[in-house]
Amino acid sequence: MSVLELHDLCVTYRTEGGKVPAVRGVNLTIEEGDTVGLAGESGCGKSTIAAAVLRLLPKGTRVTGKVLLNGEDVYSMKPGRLRAVRWTGAAIVFQGALHSLNPVRRVGLQIEEALRLHQTVPVGKMAARVDDLLERVGLPGAHASRYPHQMSGGQRQRVLIALALACDPQLLIADEPTTALDVMVQAQVLALLEELQRERGLSLLFITHDLSVLTHTCRRLAVMYAGRIVEEGLSAEVFARPEHPYTRALAAAFPTIGDTASRMNPQGLPGDPPDPSALPTGCPFHPRCDRAVDECATADVTLRPVADGAAAGWRAACVHVGVDRG
Amino acid sequence: MADPVLRAQHVQVRFDAGRVRAVDTVSLEVGRGEVVALVGESGCGKTTLIRSVVGLEPLAAGSVEVEGRPIGSSGKGRALRAVRRRVQMIFQDPTGALNPRHSIYEAVAEGLRIHKVKGDEAALVSDALAAAGLRPPERYLRRFPHELSGGQKQRVLIAAAMALQPALLLADEPVASLDASIRGEILALMRSYVERDGVSIVAVTHDLGLAWNIADRVAVMYLGRIVEVGPAEAVLRSPQHPYTRALLSVVPETGHLEQQILTGETPDPSKVPSGCRFHPRCPVVASGEAARLGIEDRCRGVDLELEVVAEGHEVACHAVSVRST
Repeated sequence: MSVLELHDLCVTYRTEGGKVPAVRGVNLTIEEGDTVGLAGESGCGKSTIAAAVLRLLPKGTRVTGKVLLNGEDVYSMKPGRLRAVRWTGAAIVFQGALHSLNPVRRVGLQIEEALRLHQTVPVGKMAARVDDLLERVGLPGAHASRYPHQMSGGQRQRVLIALALACDPQLLIADEPTTALDVMVQAQVLALLEELQRERGLSLLFITHDLSVLTHTCRRLAVMYAGRIVEEGLSAEVFARPEHPYTRALAAAFPTIGDTASRMNPQGLPGDPPDPSALPTGCPFHPRCDRAVDECATADVTLRPVADGAAAGWRAACVHVGVDRG
Repeated sequence: MADPVLRAQHVQVRFDAGRVRAVDTVSLEVGRGEVVALVGESGCGKTTLIRSVVGLEPLAAGSVEVEGRPIGSSGKGRALRAVRRRVQMIFQDPTGALNPRHSIYEAVAEGLRIHKVKGDEAALVSDALAAAGLRPPERYLRRFPHELSGGQKQRVLIAAAMALQPALLLADEPVASLDASIRGEILALMRSYVERDGVSIVAVTHDLGLAWNIADRVAVMYLGRIVEVGPAEAVLRSPQHPYTRALLSVVPETGHLEQQILTGETPDPSKVPSGCRFHPRCPVVASGEAARLGIEDRCRGVDLELEVVAEGHEVACHAVSVRST
């Protein structure tokens, strides 16, 4: 069974300035034990999706479509059921480790709190379980008595992962878990996630703007732009031969060291990511696209199969897809 | 190097009554129109080093000269201001660096006023904005920072810095907080000032891709020291120091090196290890290779300086020295 299914998910924030459509019809499925990467830039809706899965959106936000966790509709759950599903069905690791932890409580107690609320461990075994969780993320059990400020950024990020794993969730949603970390610590955290995924068959939804990180960590990949998925498929294939011009730009943003073409030649995209409250007409990417034709300003293209990757579910939303393969 | 824009010699910066050696005897020269990437993990002293160049950190020892004029630890007043005009700095977080209540015009004009730059202020501001890619400048002059995107804000800060026509631009993680698609545009903009105005840039970063994109030379710092420095092509394509090799191996987009994840956190500059300061995390020591080479005692006990391994390429590693002799 699929761990997570999103069916035509739309999320519209209500702000002082009016309605802001952040997610505009996203379909996404994560099979048990699979790893899926969600890539895109600020404002593309990727973090909104993370929050939508566990109904963590601000009050008044309009959500349509369906979110199914293990086949169960999250938006028709009663409060008690929802509380149970958070942490046990799916857990989220956020980017800002410092802000996600309570600064005046020892980290061990914060992990115990989650265990206690979900009554997954008898009280007598609580301390041992906390030790075990910390050790699994590569921290000495003695760190349970530390406060967040006594730990480094990488250590705090590990505590958050330990916390997310406390109630044995089936799905881990990692929202930019390594963005604020140094390269070496990032590599440590990524290796840890891979190991957990392998050992425990954890399903993973990994969200970041760094396509190269996703390609290493995730089997499948979905690229978002302006609230929609514009390309999806197997990570290795999509990264090596991106079909959508936006994916191509994202892939080129972080150069391959040693690649002569990018030496002294940084690749960017003109313009800025679009404002979700004032999206361009037609294909929302067309004002920044170097392959745009007249049609792009009016025709809003949906995902279509990429000719030789259709079997693996490779699809892209661009007028050029399936027409010419230049 | 003849006539370097920046000459830092044996610079030491200490914190906490001298107990923390944040920068521990670093020498670095930057030529005119040269881009140097200073790379390393947080806490390695790279930001402290460039802050000392603008006189923001007092030197415990050593000297820093910009265009031949010293920035002493006691430098103040007019002399420091004159040097500071020639050295400008941009930061990681453009939102934090801009005053939210100042218009874009004010943000750029402020530096011109402080340094009493001659000429028509309005024209200088417009030209600076246009050169930074904010065209037409009239569209931006009266706007406020919150009305701009992150990339546009960083362009404003670059415009404000470059309006003073510095000889040296210090950039502290200039693209780390920007979206992926904006990154390349800002790096290309920085490089364009080098080609056009001949400005020199020292970019502090932990992003080796940035170095590959724009740097002529790369200096790798570890615990307050430069452990490898050389032409970007040489350092990034054939890294010699085990630390540089490890750093490169964990960049997702370097396929040719076997991934080598160093354990432990970034070390603590208040407890610098004996001998080669990298030895507690060094794969050459851990794998027993140092023992086979008969240098393990030296790795653990003998501190060392940079040694030339090829033209312009210097490395501080006992194993590299032994192998090359």
